[in-house]
Amino acid sequence: MLNHMEYLDGMENIGSEIQDKVISAMNDYNPDNYTDEDVINALNDDVCTVEDYKALLSPSAEKFLEEIAQKARYEKQKHFGNSVYMFTPLYISNYCENLCVYCGFNCKNKIHRAKLNYEEIEREMQAISKTGLQEILILTGESRKYSDVEYIGEACKIASKYFKVVGLEIYPVNSDEYKYLHECGADYVTVFQETYNSDKYSELHLGGHKRIFPYRFNAQERALMGGMRGVGFASLLGLDNFRKDAFATGLHASLIQKKYPHAEIAISCPRLRPIINNENINPRDVHERQLLQIVCAYRIFLPYSNITISTRENQKFRDNIVDISATKISAGVDVGIGGHGDGEKKGDEQFEISDPRNVQQVYNALIAKGLQPVMSDYIYV
Amino acid sequence: MDKLIIGGHEFNSRFILGSGKYSLELIKSAVENAGAEIITLALRRADCGNVANILDYIPEGVTLLPNTSGARNAEEAVRIARLSRELGCGDFVKIEVIRDSKYLLPDNAETVKATEILAKEGFIVMPYMYPDLNTARDLVNAGASAVMPLASPIGSNKGLCTKDFIQILIDEIDLPIIVDAGIGRPSQACEVMEMGADAVMANTAIATAGNIPLMAEAFRKAIEAGRSAYLSGLGRVKEKGASASSPLTGVLGE
Repeated sequence: MLNHMEYLDGMENIGSEIQDKVISAMNDYNPDNYTDEDVINALNDDVCTVEDYKALLSPSAEKFLEEIAQKARYEKQKHFGNSVYMFTPLYISNYCENLCVYCGFNCKNKIHRAKLNYEEIEREMQAISKTGLQEILILTGESRKYSDVEYIGEACKIASKYFKVVGLEIYPVNSDEYKYLHECGADYVTVFQETYNSDKYSELHLGGHKRIFPYRFNAQERALMGGMRGVGFASLLGLDNFRKDAFATGLHASLIQKKYPHAEIAISCPRLRPIINNENINPRDVHERQLLQIVCAYRIFLPYSNITISTRENQKFRDNIVDISATKISAGVDVGIGGHGDGEKKGDEQFEISDPRNVQQVYNALIAKGLQPVMSDYIYV
Repeated sequence: MDKLIIGGHEFNSRFILGSGKYSLELIKSAVENAGAEIITLALRRADCGNVANILDYIPEGVTLLPNTSGARNAEEAVRIARLSRELGCGDFVKIEVIRDSKYLLPDNAETVKATEILAKEGFIVMPYMYPDLNTARDLVNAGASAVMPLASPIGSNKGLCTKDFIQILIDEIDLPIIVDAGIGRPSQACEVMEMGADAVMANTAIATAGNIPLMAEAFRKAIEAGRSAYLSGLGRVKEKGASASSPLTGVLGE
């Protein structure tokens, strides 16, 4: 089996120092060492230090969840007012070369594979843009063979005809490839590290390019070197100790912002969902209460960052979390291949979604809460 | 009449309202209660497709002040300003050049560059800046129509962190000084007007208030009160200490 810590041929090594800093801080962090007093101090601090952040993520902080939510909401309002950004993901291919044991797209899972051609991509995007959305997130399974950079670049060019904001959630690439994709119209890149525990990472990612931990870790930095405007981070909560993973995610994001002060930072907060053909995955490891604690800790530590809440969560949780802490919500979501236009769905879903509402329904729900749906906050210049 | 004059245009109101962070339905009543005649608009927020376009919610007769938020350097600010004019948003432009996503502090040097280019193209340029006297002088020379120093970081509601530096701009710069960003409550708006600022811009403080129209009204009254205090000269007496009831020079015999 491949050594998961060694770069493969063709993978750009930018020699960044951030990985060592994040991993060593995460290894030093023991969530059980934090007391009620630490949490109270964190709540009283004007500026959330790294130590405060650790306390807010600790088991001790759970009993202060209401106070933490209040503080998160205050920070969110200061930085974002009542705005909530809306977008939708578009999966253009579900071919994958990786073997990630928890993912519905993994290469050994027997699902219907498909890839949209350019005409189909255009039809899907036309249908999505008619809903009023102006931000799209293009996703692929991780296969350079079936969805190469040129194919994704063409998808970005089509997307920029219909949308003001184009984001990518694809396999990590080199900085010159990010530069090319930026020139094609994309400006935001999200890469989930899944877990920051590299040993656990190697047990979960058994094959394919994704197995190489450091290449994935440094993707955001390569994206910024390629000229992207913003980058997104996430752990898939529940794969390993979710408190430590959440800590590493926030620290990673904050160190990137410090090194690239202009970079816009976004955090996603997925937890495990059931997938096709795997009954062993228990999506209940991270309960709503803990998820809320983490999303609030993200907000307090990174008050300026966007936080995205996906349709992995249900309607009630999503509508409330955008009032408290998150700033970005997807709507009209289909995580299969093809399903927005009039055509037939071509390929299976990555995971089960819990909030099937369309754009107008989510829009109305935000208005009903006194929030302001924002379709675009960006000009490609 | 006491008018605010920016680039040859006259305004009765000295309250510039931001339009971000609101529910669109509340913009109209906020503008009315604020008595605002100028409202800022982030171009990146405009033209929001067929679901909601902020431009549809701004009352007629109100002057649009498009801003270049999202620009990271002078070149991007210039491009956004030109786009704004092409879209019919008029000649006013508020320059915002920000390359720090954490504190959102403006880049003064790039702001001067953008101001110079856009002023030459006939824009009425209102640059948002960190209150620095040398930069403010450069902005005057670059053709700015007003100078918009920040009171504290955007959205922080921390009030007049830069008070002394704003006072220097008020004292030394002949253009209108419009205090922008960080004003968290009406009393702070009042204070800055007492100091002699020409106008106040606010957004977050109103957008996140419990009752938005009522807070807009409170700001209007505070700004008017501060302006009257400044014009009456009372502000200056307070600043330099009360006059002694027996003049100090009364000891002189001749």
